[in-house]
Amino acid sequence: MTKNNNGLILEVNNLVVRYETMDGIVRAVNGIDLKLGYKRTLGLVGETGAGKTTTALALLRLVPDPPGIVECEKLEIDGENILTFDSDKLDQIRGKDISMIFQDPMTALNPVYTVGEQIAESIELHEHVSKTEALKRAGDMLELVGIPRSRANDYPHQFSGGMKQRVVIAIALACNPQLLLADEPTTALDVTIQAQVLELMHELKEKYNTSMIMITHDLGIVAEICDEVAVMYAGRIVEEGTLEKVFNHTKHPYTEGLFNSLPNVKDRKAKLKPIKGLMPDPMDLPPGCAFAPRCDYATEACTQKVPTLTSIDEAHRVACIRYDEPDFHIERRILS
Amino acid sequence: MSDPILEVRNLKKYFKTSRGMLHAVDDISFTIERGKTLGLVGESGCGKSTTGRAILRLIEPTSGEVIFEGVDICKLSGEQMRKKRKDMQIIFQDPFSSLDPKKTVNQIIAEPIRENRIIRDKHKREDRVLELMETVGLAERLINTYPHELDGGRRQRIGIARALAMEPKIIICDEPVSALDVSIQAQILNLLKELQESMGLTYIFITHDLAAVNHFSDDITVMYLGKIVEKAPVEDLFTNPIHPYTRALLSAIPVPDLSEKRRRISLKGEITSPVNLPDECRFAPRCYECIDRCRQGIPPLVEVAPNHFVSCFVHS
Repeated sequence: MTKNNNGLILEVNNLVVRYETMDGIVRAVNGIDLKLGYKRTLGLVGETGAGKTTTALALLRLVPDPPGIVECEKLEIDGENILTFDSDKLDQIRGKDISMIFQDPMTALNPVYTVGEQIAESIELHEHVSKTEALKRAGDMLELVGIPRSRANDYPHQFSGGMKQRVVIAIALACNPQLLLADEPTTALDVTIQAQVLELMHELKEKYNTSMIMITHDLGIVAEICDEVAVMYAGRIVEEGTLEKVFNHTKHPYTEGLFNSLPNVKDRKAKLKPIKGLMPDPMDLPPGCAFAPRCDYATEACTQKVPTLTSIDEAHRVACIRYDEPDFHIERRILS
Repeated sequence: MSDPILEVRNLKKYFKTSRGMLHAVDDISFTIERGKTLGLVGESGCGKSTTGRAILRLIEPTSGEVIFEGVDICKLSGEQMRKKRKDMQIIFQDPFSSLDPKKTVNQIIAEPIRENRIIRDKHKREDRVLELMETVGLAERLINTYPHELDGGRRQRIGIARALAMEPKIIICDEPVSALDVSIQAQILNLLKELQESMGLTYIFITHDLAAVNHFSDDITVMYLGKIVEKAPVEDLFTNPIHPYTRALLSAIPVPDLSEKRRRISLKGEITSPVNLPDECRFAPRCYECIDRCRQGIPPLVEVAPNHFVSCFVHS
């Protein structure tokens, strides 16, 4: 591929995704910019309906159309403008240059093919090798994710949830992609199995120099595996920056709310401070800052205009009009 | 001083399967004090939900006693049990499947009141429903809506209102917040805590989420493959976990705190099948401290410190 990419594996400008349905227009993603350097891991954080998964699907150009409409000023992966690709060309990069780990391993696998065949499929397609060779490499992939190759001829239902997720990871990594989109890869798993899978992903990422976008709602996982964080709310990024900046110098009231909602392992007496109210309906977003109706710091001005993502320093950006007022400060519960 | 509301003795629940006996709950005993919360913790397949259901006899225990306020409810007849269930309610994990989609909020909350003939007058019943809705923080205008019109948090509030309708003494909360978003989880946890304080409720809080259980419980019981591996007051369990499984479980929680660099104990393999278990410590196949003794029998639950029980040959 051409290397005219400013050292970025991924660059997205002003991504907008909306679903035009009978009931109205669902505004899932409302203008987000993403930049990801090689070998970096970005945590895309937010709650149900924030637009995280839609963003990932849009990067793969997998948003169903209709009803989905994707608009984007720039979508470059490794310097290639994906927006100009036709479906044949997209098939060539999906699973090879960019691949995705889906949230639910129970439904991401095809029940009537063996796991070996499912891993071999993408190898056969992308690397133009014989079926026998592809199956052999599928066996290698299984071993890589900690499953004996003798199980390549088993069907998905013969595996536990954690093992199935390993198979899904093996499929995603089979062709050694440069960019991996992991959509809540451990949400369906038990905590000890989650720890195993995260460790595995971390190892493989180091080994193959993969860049990754980790979609999750779990700030603990972000702390463990990501270099950078982007917090999404109602289809917009409200705060982004390095892990250290977002976690230790939180600036957006929504990020604050996410942290303060978590039970604190260290201080069990501390009362949880939930974010009041509910996520807005993406069909009927409030004017101005979408978080304003739930925000304790909101003023009249917040409802007037959508705040833009502003740089605090080179490693930290926030979309809140009040962040630099002298008397404005976030109340993060002390974590340690 | 001590006022146990519920005592579980040697509770067992086995299921017959084509491959042999499945030991879902295998001889567990514990006690809960009135007004307290017992956290029942473990991963998928450890038998925690089966325990919750067996206590209410929603599934019949294979053997054992469940003594509620001095009465062994396992010996009660169907009709007696029906009456007893007014005192013992359950909140389910999934607020999407535990509510009848064809009933309105009003009908769902009123159902136990009507079925048990507590309030026969329809209008008075509706007043009671409104009162319950207010208690759990549901707006009055939602009374005639259907579950599908509401979000997960509100649906879980309906489940809570329905459980409260009988003015129970004990509520079994089976993963009540697992299906909800973080900010909504905190709302529901706070609500449950407030209700406990105002109504003197006793909870059994079944969960895999150790952070939530830590916040919520007075005592914690950790289960693995149908057995209790450790039980202790919550502070003890978190500051001084003893069983290798408990320690691994605690170390596996991802903590959103950058200053904390913990050593993770990573477990090999996965939970073994609960069918036809050999006569050895259930955790032995995955244990990083396993010695020969562990393979030669099931370790008893031993009190290693006041109220702190551990089932492990190495640590007791």
